[in-house]
This record gives sequence, structure tokens and C-alpha cells, in this order.
Amino acid sequence: MNRIIKLFNDQPTGNLNVYFTAGFPQLDDTRRILTALQEGGVDLVEIGMPYSDPVADGETIQQSNQKALENGMTLRTLFSQLEGMRETIHVSVLLMGYINPVVQYGIEEFCKKCAEVGVDGLILPDMPMDVYLNEYKSIFDSYGLLNIFLVTPQTSENRIRQIDEVSAGFIYTVSSASVTGSQTGVSNDMESYFDRLNAMNLRNPRLIGFGIKDRPTFEKACCYSQGAIIGSAFIRILQESNNLEEDIKNFISEVKANKRTEIGV
Amino acid sequence: MSEVAEKVSFQVNEQGYYGVFGGAFIPEMLYPNVEELRDNYLKIIAEPEFQREFNELLRDYVGRPTPLYFAKRLSEKYGTNIYLKREDLCHTGAHKVNNTIGQILMAKRLGKKKIVAETGAGQHGVATATVCALMGIECIVYMGELDIERQAPNVARMKLLGAEVRPASSGSKTLKDATNEAMRHWISNPVDTHYIIGSVVGPHPYPDMVARFQSVISEEIKKQLKEKTSRENPDYVVACVGGGSNAAGAFYHYLDVPEVQLVAVEAAGQGLTSGHSAATTALGKPGVLHGSRTILMQTEDGQVVEPYSISAGLDYPGIGPMHAYLYDSGRGRFLSATDEEALQAAFELARTEGIIPALESSHALAVLDRLGATQDQVVVVNLSGRGDKDLGTYMKHID
Repeated sequence: MNRIIKLFNDQPTGNLNVYFTAGFPQLDDTRRILTALQEGGVDLVEIGMPYSDPVADGETIQQSNQKALENGMTLRTLFSQLEGMRETIHVSVLLMGYINPVVQYGIEEFCKKCAEVGVDGLILPDMPMDVYLNEYKSIFDSYGLLNIFLVTPQTSENRIRQIDEVSAGFIYTVSSASVTGSQTGVSNDMESYFDRLNAMNLRNPRLIGFGIKDRPTFEKACCYSQGAIIGSAFIRILQESNNLEEDIKNFISEVKANKRTEIGV
Repeated sequence: MSEVAEKVSFQVNEQGYYGVFGGAFIPEMLYPNVEELRDNYLKIIAEPEFQREFNELLRDYVGRPTPLYFAKRLSEKYGTNIYLKREDLCHTGAHKVNNTIGQILMAKRLGKKKIVAETGAGQHGVATATVCALMGIECIVYMGELDIERQAPNVARMKLLGAEVRPASSGSKTLKDATNEAMRHWISNPVDTHYIIGSVVGPHPYPDMVARFQSVISEEIKKQLKEKTSRENPDYVVACVGGGSNAAGAFYHYLDVPEVQLVAVEAAGQGLTSGHSAATTALGKPGVLHGSRTILMQTEDGQVVEPYSISAGLDYPGIGPMHAYLYDSGRGRFLSATDEEALQAAFELARTEGIIPALESSHALAVLDRLGATQDQVVVVNLSGRGDKDLGTYMKHID
């Protein structure tokens, strides 16, 4: 069974997914960060494939992408870094990125590599649903890769149903109309949007992302969903860190802080 | 005895594609906005009241129809019949305003209260700021930090027109980054804001919508050429291509007329092999850029390459999906002109016809001797803009 599906079966609440950009701060930090995240207690990890023009990302993640590219990160390098990760890494791993580098790598070859190194799912925000269904889904399926779709506060109910229908794993619930790294927190507007999603009784679990940055925002998000995603706030930790392992573990344990026993219903 | 030729159309299909190019490769955050536009743009454009207002503004405000001018001395020089479509005489100095007039009327009908746009050289930014002032609508223009330095007069124009110019400081700080920033702004302001894209790029329906607004260029060429030569189809239509909006407008009504050769001229910069070029079809590969599947300049790893041209309006790493299809299918003939060739063509037009062209349009003029046009043939060159904004560059290079 796909690790992501198993995760939500076994542990339906309080899941923490953390994003980091491959090749940042240093080219060879990928495995160190991955290992520290797992030891800190994350449930899913989203590894960003750096891109020159990340339109859905705010300044923090843009800069980490740019730095990673300057450091020489490529998909080939990333796959070689991830080779053999499943000997020690048991948390769910997703790759997140924009579609052009994936297309240039070759969709089939890319999916094959993902399966070989043990990637569980993909988040490609600029891949249209019709292109996915008509051209890529059968390839993703044959390599056991889940494709994660996004919904936003502006997504119509019809489209949410459609996304739920073609999704597996979880639905990435974008908290507000913004790019990543916005400082909005969780507002009343968002709560009614989250309630609306809850009331739809979707097939898939939901993780809330954008604006989640610390324990209070994580816990708040967990009240409305099966967990949440932290990206820009974690990139800032990496940016400022002199001791990656320690700072990562401290950050994760602070965010999760026995979360499941406190809120777990 | 003759087989019925399969009717191929170079117009966009119902799914938003030109062959394999086009589509809407956008994050979900932009989906509702783009969907709203996609579901409404054809209906709105077809409304008689929209048509009336659009045509009235093109006539009384922009100054259309622009002349189709027979360039006698230039024709003698090249041994053919050269007509210049004088888009340089449009209000604001280039064809860009045809599109911004159309889009501001579209935005009003969609109930949008604010406008965001990107600009490279500043021509589209000025054209957008102009129509926003005309309609009393708030306007934000993203412009690369480097371009703000390079194009100070246009920055001043936009400010004078009441627009807010925001520097795009990400990436390479030029047009592609201004486009990214405008898209991010739209993601963050999805309900009340319309994004006026300046070229035939972006997710469907933008390439088709912008092409339709620019199609007035070839509509007029047909009519004017008929009056002057008693034939409505020239042998060649020549236009420069950055994103490709002036070319799309000049080609539009000739797309499905195979006897008209469509010549697109890209900016070769310092030369195709110099590493400083913006000749997308010569140097690029198929991929995804700014919301559509097209041809773009990129590394082997699929990272977008920063292009170079002396002309800021051609300094773009992709081309619109319509042009990608024209190139891929062989319907369009794609040439390129270097910085130096464009400069010489500008000086030549200034001295033979008394017209100072924009650096962008000079690229189209630079290939006249390569067309193979004969004495009895007709060449239409789309003179997309005037050269006032380029005087500084011209003075630096003049002999």
C-alpha cells in the first residue's frame, strides 16, 4: 500500500507535512534534512524541486529555489541523493515542483526514478487536471505515485468534488488567496471555508497549507483537517541555522508538541 | 483528379490549443479567474455594445485605422513593393493599446475593479496605464528592476498616468520576472482584479483573446491593400516576434490563407551562437512557460534561460503558443535579426522614408533583403511601434 494512504488510515489526525527545497541551503543537505525531519517527528516530507520561475511561491521559497539552482541542483542530482533513502527513511515522501523540468526530464523516466528511490506522491501545481487525466495518470498509476491536487477558497463546489474524485492520498487545501509564505494566520474567513470543506464529506483527507508556521497555526489547522503543511517558515529556519540537525528537531518537536494526545479526537 | 485538401486551421481549438501548444498550465489558485474569462470572453466580445465601444475607442482614441503606407524609396531599394502598416502612429506609440482597450472593456464587463499588468520595455505598461486612466480604474504595473533603470521615460509616463509601478526584484529582474510577479499578484487578489497580459502568451484564453484584439491590424491591411492594389492578400506579411502580439495581429486574417507567407522575425541579439540572444525558435525547445505549452529557451534541466536583445520588447524567453504552432507546422517562416542588423534597418528607414521605427519593429525591417521578394510581389511590414523610446540607444550607435 502507498505510504501516504497507509499513513492516513493509521493516523487520521494531526499529520505534519514539512516542505524544503532540495539543494538548499547547501547542495548536499537533502539527506541530512530528511533524516532530521523524520527524527523530529514529521509524518510527511515534501521535497521541492527547484525551478527558475516558481509562480505560486512567495519570496522565501523563491529565494531558496534560486539558491538551490546556483548550488547546482538538478533532478538528476536529486535522484542520486535520494537513492537508497528507504533504507532509513520511512516517512512519506513527496516531490513538489513545476511541470517544465519534469517534462524535460521525461514523464515516464521521472516517474520510474521516483518509484525506484521510494517517492510516494507528486505535487505539480501547474499541471492541469485534463492533461493529467489524459496524458499522465496512467503513467503515475503504473509507478504507484499519487498525484496531489490543490483546492483554494475560490474553488467551486463542483470542482472540489471533481478534484476529490480524481485524487488519492490527500487534498492540499490552500488556506487563502495568496502565494506561499503569506503571514495571514488562520482568520474567520478561513474557518468558514474549512467548515464548508468538512461539511462536504470528501473521500480524501485534507492537509492545510499556506500561512501555517508554528504550533498555534498548526494546531488550529488540525482542528479543521487531518493535518497541515509548513513550508516558508521551515525554509527560514534552514536559512538561519548554524546547526541543521538540532534546529530542525527543535522546530518540529515544538510544532508537534504531543499534538496527537492533546487534540486527537 | 485533385484530392480534397484537409482543412487545417491555425486558429485556437475549443480546448484552447494550437496543435499541441497552448492550454492552461496554471496553479489552482488562478483557475477560477481564468475559467471565468474563458467562459465569458467570446460572448462578451460578440456583444454589439462591446463591439460598438471597442471600435469607437479604436477610431477616436487610438486613431485607427492606421495608414498602410507604400514605402516608395524603400521599395526601389529592395526591388519589390513594400507597404508599412503604421502601428507606430497609434496613441501611446505602438500596437499594444489595441489589446489594452479590448481588455479594459472586458474587465469592466467582468465587474473587476483593479488592473494588474507586467511590462518589459514599458510599452504595454504605458498602454495599460493609459486605458486605466481613461476608465478611472486603479492600475498596478510590475516591471523588472533592471528594466526600470533601462526604460526611465516609460516609467515616468506610467506614473504620470496615475499607475503604480512595482519593481520585480526576483530572478533576473526583467520581463519574465515581472510576468511572474503579476501572476503572483493576481493569485493574491483573485476576486476584484483583472490581469491584462500584454502579449499572445499566458494560459488560454489569453493568447486567443489578445490575438483577437490585435486582429484589427490584418483586418485593416486586407481592406487597405485592396484599395491600393486591388488585391487583399500580400505575398508576405513580416512582423517581429517577442511574445508575438503584433505578429499575431498582422497574421490573424491570413492564418488560413496559405498563399500569404507569414514571416516572423525574432531577436538574435549578439548572434544565435553568442549566448546572448532571444531567438526562441532557433534556440528553444517545447515546454511550459507562463501558463501555456509553447517553445521556450531553457537549459537541459528545464530551467528558463534569461534571453538577451538590444530591444527590451523582444527580450522574452518564449513565444505565444500560436507562433509555436506556426513554427512547428511550417506555416510560418521564422527568421532572426541581430542587434546590429536591427540598428542598421532603423537608420535606413529613418533616412529613406523619414520614419524612426522602434527597435522591435526594426527587426522586421532587417530581413527585407532575405525574403526573396520579386518586383511584382507585395510585402507588408508591420511597423509595430515608433522609436522615440529608443533614441538613447540609437544615438549611442549612430555613425
